[in-house]
Amino acid sequence: MKQNIKYLCAGLILSAAAVDMYGQIGAPFIHDPSTIVECDGKYYTFGTGGGGLISEDGWHWSGGAVRPGGGAAPDAMKIGDRYLVAYSATGGGLGGGHAGRILTMWNKTLDPNSPDFKYTDPVVVASSVEDEDCDAIDVGLMLDPTTGRLWCTYGTYYGFIRQVELDPATGFRVEGNEAIDVAVDCEASVMMYRNGWYYLLGTHGTCCDGANSTYTIYVGRSRSVNGPFIDNVGRTMIEGGGRKVLSTEGRRVGPGHFGRYIIEEGVEKMSCHFEADLDQGGRSVLAIRPLLWKNDWPEAGDPFEDGVYEIETARNGYALEMTVDFVRTGGGMGGMGGGRNGGASAPASVPNQQLSEVIDSWPKGDCQARNGYYVARPWQRWTVQAVPDAGGYLGGPYYKILIAGTERALAATADAEVQVVSAFTGADEQLWRIDQLTDGSFRIMPKKVPGHSEPLALVSMGDCTPTLAGFNFSSDNSKWYFRHFEPLK
Amino acid sequence: MTCKTQLLTFFLASVMLAVVQPGISAQESSSPAFENYFMPATTKTAKPDEKGFIRRWLLLEPISKPNRNNRVFTDSYVRDALTHEYFPGQFTTIPKDGDKVKVKMETQAPVNLQAGRPAANQSQTPVMEDAELTWHALDSKLFNIKLFRFATGLGKTRYGVVFWAVTIVECDRDMENVRLAVGTNKGSMWWVNGEELLLLSGDRHMNVDSAVSKRITLKKGRNIVRAGIINGPSMSDFCARFIDDKGNPITNLTITCK
Repeated sequence: MKQNIKYLCAGLILSAAAVDMYGQIGAPFIHDPSTIVECDGKYYTFGTGGGGLISEDGWHWSGGAVRPGGGAAPDAMKIGDRYLVAYSATGGGLGGGHAGRILTMWNKTLDPNSPDFKYTDPVVVASSVEDEDCDAIDVGLMLDPTTGRLWCTYGTYYGFIRQVELDPATGFRVEGNEAIDVAVDCEASVMMYRNGWYYLLGTHGTCCDGANSTYTIYVGRSRSVNGPFIDNVGRTMIEGGGRKVLSTEGRRVGPGHFGRYIIEEGVEKMSCHFEADLDQGGRSVLAIRPLLWKNDWPEAGDPFEDGVYEIETARNGYALEMTVDFVRTGGGMGGMGGGRNGGASAPASVPNQQLSEVIDSWPKGDCQARNGYYVARPWQRWTVQAVPDAGGYLGGPYYKILIAGTERALAATADAEVQVVSAFTGADEQLWRIDQLTDGSFRIMPKKVPGHSEPLALVSMGDCTPTLAGFNFSSDNSKWYFRHFEPLK
Repeated sequence: MTCKTQLLTFFLASVMLAVVQPGISAQESSSPAFENYFMPATTKTAKPDEKGFIRRWLLLEPISKPNRNNRVFTDSYVRDALTHEYFPGQFTTIPKDGDKVKVKMETQAPVNLQAGRPAANQSQTPVMEDAELTWHALDSKLFNIKLFRFATGLGKTRYGVVFWAVTIVECDRDMENVRLAVGTNKGSMWWVNGEELLLLSGDRHMNVDSAVSKRITLKKGRNIVRAGIINGPSMSDFCARFIDDKGNPITNLTITCK
């Protein structure tokens, strides 16, 4: 799927209300965002200089998060029923000294309007003096799910990235813990764990230079929480190594400050900022991308691209289609028997079957949906397009899924089945959430199923039978692919 | 890197007012000593380390060239800066430990570690000075050559500098299909036996094998490796090794500074 290409013409042809699916909407302006944390149904991220962003749905962001202390590049996580927020303070400026401090503090809630909102006094957990090979800023936190131990990495281009252990009960440095060097020549470090591997993320390249920033997110991994963290070609991160996670994509320049968010098994997101979003005045913006895992390496997925697609079930490769009569197309069999039957009389090319050739044969009302062999026919080609003002979810807007060239819309029914209704109305059951899964396939979920409160996803119950059911990452019945991308015209 | 700390200066005042309840000492270590990084090259010869990194180098004390940021290191800028002759014999002489060269270089104010470098006065005419710089034959204790610590350890200019490095690689036979593999913090140029092999530009960091030369032949006997490294407000360093046609490090070399 060619999701990396934003066609220049698309922006000119689409309506003014088209959704920019590449960035978060609202006022997502932030630098050095902390890992996104959910608190009482809202999402929070904090940035450099104090404050941060809040979102009720994970798609529309605005200012309002509160973090005292100023300083740089915070991180945050929930431990038990409290929130640990870490940030850093430094001085000296460009080319000067690099005395820095990492501080932690707690809050019972991240909602500044809650009566429980009150930060504890910050505590210094690590520091650097002005001329040692470390600059104690850019803190990252990881709670090891295998041991319950809390780790903190910090540092920037001035020397080493260092790792210390904190007490998850207090947020203090573990007594007697000695900092160790885990990487060099990067910043915005943070660790994560998955499948027996510990990962150290870091951002390389030029920071803070707008559209000229070369920020790029890299990763190394280790079987030990303390490293050494090694890249895909065998270099340690002490040697400057790293495997790319996300680099500049089109008009969004300079991603940095990785954060991982696990929604459920198989559904993960990564947050970061782009140093400059050229479609948003070149400002630094929050970005959320699917987090994919390939051979135990994390990679950023692409933002979903509006376009025309085949929607293919991972179950057996059948394509989602509207249930209508199969209409044969031109181009008789050729090539059989050594080409004798396809010889000189065969046309140079055979045109695709056009919508106009078949649409009059279709029922005027609603149709069932089913899966079938994909032959690129009009009843199998879907326009998938973000819907403005329909809300969203963590990292994406809701989409309408229409038979290409028509207003016939994929919709959830009250009996938890799927059909193709004759016209898109914008109703919640006609809006779809699309999450790229950690294996690269997709989950497709209606915004709402009439009469149902539990989340349901598009699932292939049989080879030919799509329905709505609980999502199960371990089953290919729950997974779909968007193939044969064509840009919208 | 255009350093993030530049932005943070803005926030320093508020941070200083924060109520801090130290959990540990804020002073975890002191400034590092020269001896943590280098020792004099006192033995007659040395070998590359197990990963092939060449640790023995003749390093010239830094030439002041006040690049105030790292945005300037385009290819042409690096080439101009590192093909400029700062001292006689720069591209031909094999220096010896303790040799001195006379250099005309631009003065710059010393770094204030608390406040950072003083603001640039773009309208001010650069002030040039005659300086005498010394070559040092050193063995690095690390795989990479921490030029920044070479400078700070000698009390020399740390930012906005040009370094020159020379080493001699001895081979017991002609070695074909060899590549020079380097990584440098900021721009650099590399020559082997007088042939230019590499130019590294941009706001870059030291990565192992960041840039690799075309295939060359290291001749039997002495081969001269020469490099210039330029930097702005960053921690200069480099690493260098020779690798074979399959990318494996070459370790059966003899390294000398004489």
